[in-house]
Amino acid sequence: MQFFFEVLIGGLLAGIMYSLVALGFVLIYKASGVFNFAQGAMVFFAALTVVGFMEQGAPLPLAIGLCLIVMILLGVATERIVLRPLVNQPQITLFMATIGLAFFVEGLAQGLWGAQVHALDIGIPDTPIESLMDKTGMLISQFDLIAALICAVLVTLLAVFFNKTRIGRALRAVADDHQAALAVGIPLKQIWAIVWAVAGFVALVAGLLWGARNGVQFALTFVALKALPVLILGGFESIAGAIVGGLIVGSSEKLAEVFLGPYVGGGIEGWFAYVVALLFLLVRPQGLFGEKIIERV
Amino acid sequence: MLSSTARRLGRPAAALLGAAVIALGSGLAHGQAKEQFIPANFYWVGPYASGGSGIAGGFIDYFKMVNARDGGVNGVKITWEKCETEYNNARGVECYERSKNKGPTGASLIHPLSTGITYSLIDKGTADKIPIVSLGYGRADATIGSVFPYVFPLMTTYWSQAAAMVNFLGQREGGLAKLKGKKIVLLYHESAYGKEPIPVLTDLSKKYGYQLTTIAVPHPGNEQQSQWLQIRQIRPDWVILWGWGVMNPTALKAAQKTGFPRNKILGVWWSGAEEDVIPAGSAAKGYMAAGFNAPGTSYPAIQDILKYVYAKGDGEMEDKSRVGSIYYNRGVVLAAVSVEAIKVAQEHFGKGKPVTGEQVAWGLEHLNLDEKRLKQLGLSGFMPPTTTACNNHEGSGLVKFQQWDGTKWKILTANWVAPTPEDQKLVRSKMEASAAKYAKDKGITPRANCTDEN
Amino acid sequence: MLYRETGQFKTSYAADQQIFPLRQDRIGVVATLLVAFIVVPLVANEYWLEAILIPFLVFSLAALGLNILTGYAGQLSLGTAAFMAVGAFGAYNFELRLEWMPILGSFALGGVCAAFVGILFGLPSLRIKGFYLAVATLAAQFFVVWALTHFNWFSNYSASGVITAQRIEIFGFYFLTGQSKYLLVLAIVTLLALAAKNMVRSETGRAWMAVRDFDVAAAVIGIPVMRTKLLAFAVSSFYCGVAGALYAYAYLGTVEPDGFNLDLSFRILFMIIIGGVGSILGSFLGAAFIVLFPILLNRFAEPFANAIGIDLPSGMSSNLELIIFGGLIIFFLAVEPLGLARLWQVAKEKLRLWPFPH
Repeated sequence: MQFFFEVLIGGLLAGIMYSLVALGFVLIYKASGVFNFAQGAMVFFAALTVVGFMEQGAPLPLAIGLCLIVMILLGVATERIVLRPLVNQPQITLFMATIGLAFFVEGLAQGLWGAQVHALDIGIPDTPIESLMDKTGMLISQFDLIAALICAVLVTLLAVFFNKTRIGRALRAVADDHQAALAVGIPLKQIWAIVWAVAGFVALVAGLLWGARNGVQFALTFVALKALPVLILGGFESIAGAIVGGLIVGSSEKLAEVFLGPYVGGGIEGWFAYVVALLFLLVRPQGLFGEKIIERV
Repeated sequence: MLSSTARRLGRPAAALLGAAVIALGSGLAHGQAKEQFIPANFYWVGPYASGGSGIAGGFIDYFKMVNARDGGVNGVKITWEKCETEYNNARGVECYERSKNKGPTGASLIHPLSTGITYSLIDKGTADKIPIVSLGYGRADATIGSVFPYVFPLMTTYWSQAAAMVNFLGQREGGLAKLKGKKIVLLYHESAYGKEPIPVLTDLSKKYGYQLTTIAVPHPGNEQQSQWLQIRQIRPDWVILWGWGVMNPTALKAAQKTGFPRNKILGVWWSGAEEDVIPAGSAAKGYMAAGFNAPGTSYPAIQDILKYVYAKGDGEMEDKSRVGSIYYNRGVVLAAVSVEAIKVAQEHFGKGKPVTGEQVAWGLEHLNLDEKRLKQLGLSGFMPPTTTACNNHEGSGLVKFQQWDGTKWKILTANWVAPTPEDQKLVRSKMEASAAKYAKDKGITPRANCTDEN
Repeated sequence: MLYRETGQFKTSYAADQQIFPLRQDRIGVVATLLVAFIVVPLVANEYWLEAILIPFLVFSLAALGLNILTGYAGQLSLGTAAFMAVGAFGAYNFELRLEWMPILGSFALGGVCAAFVGILFGLPSLRIKGFYLAVATLAAQFFVVWALTHFNWFSNYSASGVITAQRIEIFGFYFLTGQSKYLLVLAIVTLLALAAKNMVRSETGRAWMAVRDFDVAAAVIGIPVMRTKLLAFAVSSFYCGVAGALYAYAYLGTVEPDGFNLDLSFRILFMIIIGGVGSILGSFLGAAFIVLFPILLNRFAEPFANAIGIDLPSGMSSNLELIIFGGLIIFFLAVEPLGLARLWQVAKEKLRLWPFPH
């Protein structure tokens, strides 16, 4: 039983890490209806930029600050160069444009900072908490707990930002109806630039945590794959959905791998989350927190 | 190659013209020069770029050094041209087709540097008579040269390596007999590559009585919590890590997280470079891995590269500190074997003349890189002694084991480690069985007069 | 002037219902086919045939399959490579286990296997659509590759899950050279492309488009939505399956399940978006763009940089290619969001009036 809980808690903590990446997708989809394929590339770019600045001699906080500026610039530039010429185009065209953006950012990242892999030490040890181990025999990593904490803070910040600030309310208005938002005088272009900048910030946080966990390398772009089942489960436009979806996906795939995996030869983690999400959608097509206006049969 | 041509021509317009002519694939620009062409089809972008660029650097730098120091092979300059494969089968095939007719005699041999691309090129290379050298990857059964005349998994294959690993673990335990009752976990990348060692390790587990558990990690392997919790339940004596890319540092990190000692983890040679441990930070300390090349710059050949290439500012690596890294040195091994095969072929078919792919294949089948020859090359202790034959395209099966001390790789076994002779026979018989099946499926009649010794 | 449809009168229903009702189109198609079947094999060298044209045709077929599903029936899918894998492994097993099976039969049955898998993974489309469906089809992508790697039966118990395609033999003739393989692939692709062209204007195709444009309205006028969608999945997967079999047999020879990864699925999706969603021609144009463009860049980026006096550090040129490729995709979309096929349509409009635009 203790082993079960260990797997469960490990899965929940891993799920939080998925949610972190999923958040970036949700933000952009919510405000502009774009499925941003470049989110993974942005995570990679952000982490590599932080490491790059650190290797130039900047201390960690300064590197993060500089990188934040770079990410905001990238977000604003994306709005100007990629999205603005494509206003009112079909969703699939916008999706394709973000794929072009992904290639661009991946090439830029490795071109600027080189193809080498790096370690990123953000000062949180990734070792089991000893007191917990002594008491319960369970191994829970300090790093994972702190990552979960950071994620919680981030979500709270975003929730406050969306619900309490003027810009946040404008964002929600834009998400509901572009035309109506324009009609009441909300500056659509600025709003989109802000959303992309915020998504850049979320990518930076995800990049820092994932980079510290597995190293800063091209494979960081793959973390986006882990976020996709979270998205279908939680809904593309729900922040709360991203969090709860992440928890469900993380825990169910770990439990499945450990307890079902051995019967079929293992390695089922890669697709299990998708199947769970699919079955769930068959029963409840609007997802966990999906809004009813979204496109579904 | 392109860049050097262009530089020689100097004037931009002429360079553009020259480059365009070559790029159009005419091959006319080469004329009948005394040149030996070797494609450099590697990858400099994407998830595996860190490894690909290092290997490419060592590979090309070695040719530059041979050209500068010796004036080529018996006066025949080595030329090359880069082609980006992106570690993608379709791009790799395109690069192969593009490069195969370059130079006065076509491509001498090709290193696909990807198991997938190697598979795709086996038929093509055999038809075009261009040797496919898959050094340390690709099909293990291609050792059987009578069925695979143009495929060379030189030095050591995954199957030999798996057997050598068992031998090494036996040594660590104080004798192979002590493996009885021990628990070994194979943590592998869920792909063709990762599944390679399973049959050998399973057979050996019956022989030595250790208990083998195989655990798959789905690609890309950036999340391994559940696998390592399973490992913690099993409490194995050893974990063999058969990973690739991000899976390796993630495994080491997850081992730390679940409290598994890293000095009980033994990696395959694609899990044992700086790129695999640096991202894991301190979690990697004590981790061991196999390798068919030694790290470091102390070897005379590497010193020559620094002297003849880097001193002139002509080196491939932007970051000179990567010279001597595992992947860089692996590129040197790839190049050194290529040059040696060309030399052997020249000595048989005519010194000082470019040789064809078919002749290079002969050279690859008559390699005699013994300790003496390696010393002459300045590579003694750097790569395993290798003696090939018509029906032995592997020629060595030796590996060294190394340990990461937190800052660099340290050689653990001064001597090269081989599978025990009996195990080698077992591996060999598996290769023969697999090659025979391949021959039957493809309707190939094995070459006659093809033996294990020349 | 050049592309004028006036004066072409149809006197029978048969004439009015041809696949290409316009004389210029017919001439164009016949000329293209003549060039493709006769001129190309004569003039193209091994490199062009084996490294450019065969993959171009194979990817075109796969893109065509996806375009039927996404462009005509409106169901976004990211599992194309998985259906190709089913086709390849299906064909391999039919050829391996049934001695008497002719190779073309194996290809077709491989396609049929893919069609069944397609129907299975198309079931969620009855409940969800758009990007939700796209992400759901990822389940097919990961599951199929996992199953093919995992269950050794599919690869005839090869240790590593790799299959080696048997030689292609039809009536005692072996397709070994680039030329013969090219002609075989071309014949199959031409046949299937014409079939697709015909299908999308038939009742089936119109039903697909009705479902794509407004499924509720389609249901109201009596189109069985469920059957229509599943049929689209089946036909699309059949095309992808045949493409996968050709990919293994005529192009690479030896394939591993991993070769059919998500990357390949995305690549084929790029093709139809760049080429034109809902256009048969667009599938070919998009495949040409995605197959040829990176190769062109790779060939000319470094010589060009050298010519203008920049010495690119090693590896930089590869990254630069990626940046340019990404930038060009964005540029193309900004210029013509509906894909290359739309450019061709615009050109036709212009040619209708040219040289007297007013």
